[in-house]
Amino acid sequence: MTKELICAGFGGQGVLTIGRFLAQAGMAEGKNVSWLPSYGPEMRGGTANVSTVISDEAIASPIVSYPDILVALNQPSIEKFAPSIRPGGILIYNTNMCPHGCKRDDIDIISAPMVDIAKEIGDQMVLNMLAIGIIIGKTEIVSYAAMEKDLTQYMGGRRPELLEMNLKAIKKGIEIGKG
Amino acid sequence: MAKILMKGNEAVAEAAIRAGCRLYFAYPITPQSELIEYMARMMPKVNGTFLQAESEVSAINMVYGAAGCGKRVMTSSSSPGVSLKMEGISYIAGAQLPAVIINVQRGGPGLGDIQPAQGDYFQATKGGGHGDYRLIVLAPASVQEFADMASEAFELADKYRNPVMILADGMLGQMMEPVEFKAPKTDEEIAELWKQHKDWCIQPNEDGDAKHHHEINSLEIDPLMLEKHVNKIYAKYAEIEKNEIRYEEYNISDDNEILCVAWGTASRIVKSAINELKKAGKSIGLIRPINVWPYPYEAVAKAIGPKVKQVYVFELNTGQMLDDVKIGVNGKVPVKFWGKVGGVVFTPAEIQAKLEECF
Repeated sequence: MTKELICAGFGGQGVLTIGRFLAQAGMAEGKNVSWLPSYGPEMRGGTANVSTVISDEAIASPIVSYPDILVALNQPSIEKFAPSIRPGGILIYNTNMCPHGCKRDDIDIISAPMVDIAKEIGDQMVLNMLAIGIIIGKTEIVSYAAMEKDLTQYMGGRRPELLEMNLKAIKKGIEIGKG
Repeated sequence: MAKILMKGNEAVAEAAIRAGCRLYFAYPITPQSELIEYMARMMPKVNGTFLQAESEVSAINMVYGAAGCGKRVMTSSSSPGVSLKMEGISYIAGAQLPAVIINVQRGGPGLGDIQPAQGDYFQATKGGGHGDYRLIVLAPASVQEFADMASEAFELADKYRNPVMILADGMLGQMMEPVEFKAPKTDEEIAELWKQHKDWCIQPNEDGDAKHHHEINSLEIDPLMLEKHVNKIYAKYAEIEKNEIRYEEYNISDDNEILCVAWGTASRIVKSAINELKKAGKSIGLIRPINVWPYPYEAVAKAIGPKVKQVYVFELNTGQMLDDVKIGVNGKVPVKFWGKVGGVVFTPAEIQAKLEECF
């Protein structure tokens, strides 16, 4: 099985990190993964996106034409990438920054006020962790256990309260994803 | 060893250090800056030397000096920076010294842009610097292969006393994939490598014997002597052409109706298109040259199955490998090219559409 994801949003929203943690957790579970960021003169407030592929087979192209899953944290990301989601695929979007949503009826759409929820949990910065949670809850593309282990390792014992907040965001996301 | 998720730029730097590289000279440029940053961080930890030169010209001449001392030395840059190194590369080839040069290609010509491209194929495989010389050119298509090629490049450079280039691109430099590293060479093994070079390189003359004096030079003012020297180098290149041809066959079979040829990251995008069309019952093969010099001409010729009616070359340039493919195909079937330039990367969907037009 191969799952192709695109995560897109404003620079600074942590979209590259969504892909990075999914790839890392996928690798820990023995899968083939690739992580390809948009790079260049991008800056905070500009747009950023990352293609992530998680597969049981060798990965051919790291560039994704037709994503199985699109995570859109702002409206421009929906305009740019939603038309190419594979029929039957999944769109996860942040209603706080996507006022016009998406008109497609041949895909599975999950939306939530992700900025508001992240703030409730404790900080807008955990918005990307919330997104990771929604992906896990909806698709089980990687397991929560692998994600928790990787995140814990990544934080390396620094600022345990921050780790806790991130894990809380993922768990909340899983709830939303499971619907 | 467990796999690590790493950017290509960092993976190749780590692999080079493990392969015994203890000298690295470079000047920063996007999209390979993580490579120089990694070296800046890690070289001091292995008692190696990292030096950010004042220019690419300076860096390659530092490489020339270190290579003359028989040490494993490397430099890296991206397209415009590699152009600046070309004079030095020609000198290193002329003086028959081992060195490794990494080019993480970006869009050109000129300063171009910083997005991935394959526009330096001509420069790497047909010359770039002046005079009759060749580079052995390795073209990775994955982060793992990029890393593996670091040690291969040093082995080849030592074996043939010739500079070796790893021709990657910005996509490979920036993307992360799992990578597994070889065990690092010990200090003893690195010292042993150095000793193996003592019959030609500059080393401390412990016994004071004048015959241990070695001259490192690319100047030969007597034409008859230079002719002899170039012929000697070309005899070496004939050996390389015999021994070092490497390529990957993908989905090659007698049912193939199209044969694709692509190298580096472009080949992966072509593979996705081939896989997609396979589901629709269309049989398409791919030859991926792993070393782009020496070139696998015979492999291209042999891969043309009985039903192949079209050879299709895909590159992120204007068709720089096309001539090489045509030499391999030798008129047997028509050869077509399609590519993207300027740092624009084609998608699997675009390649698929191009291939579908052939049926």
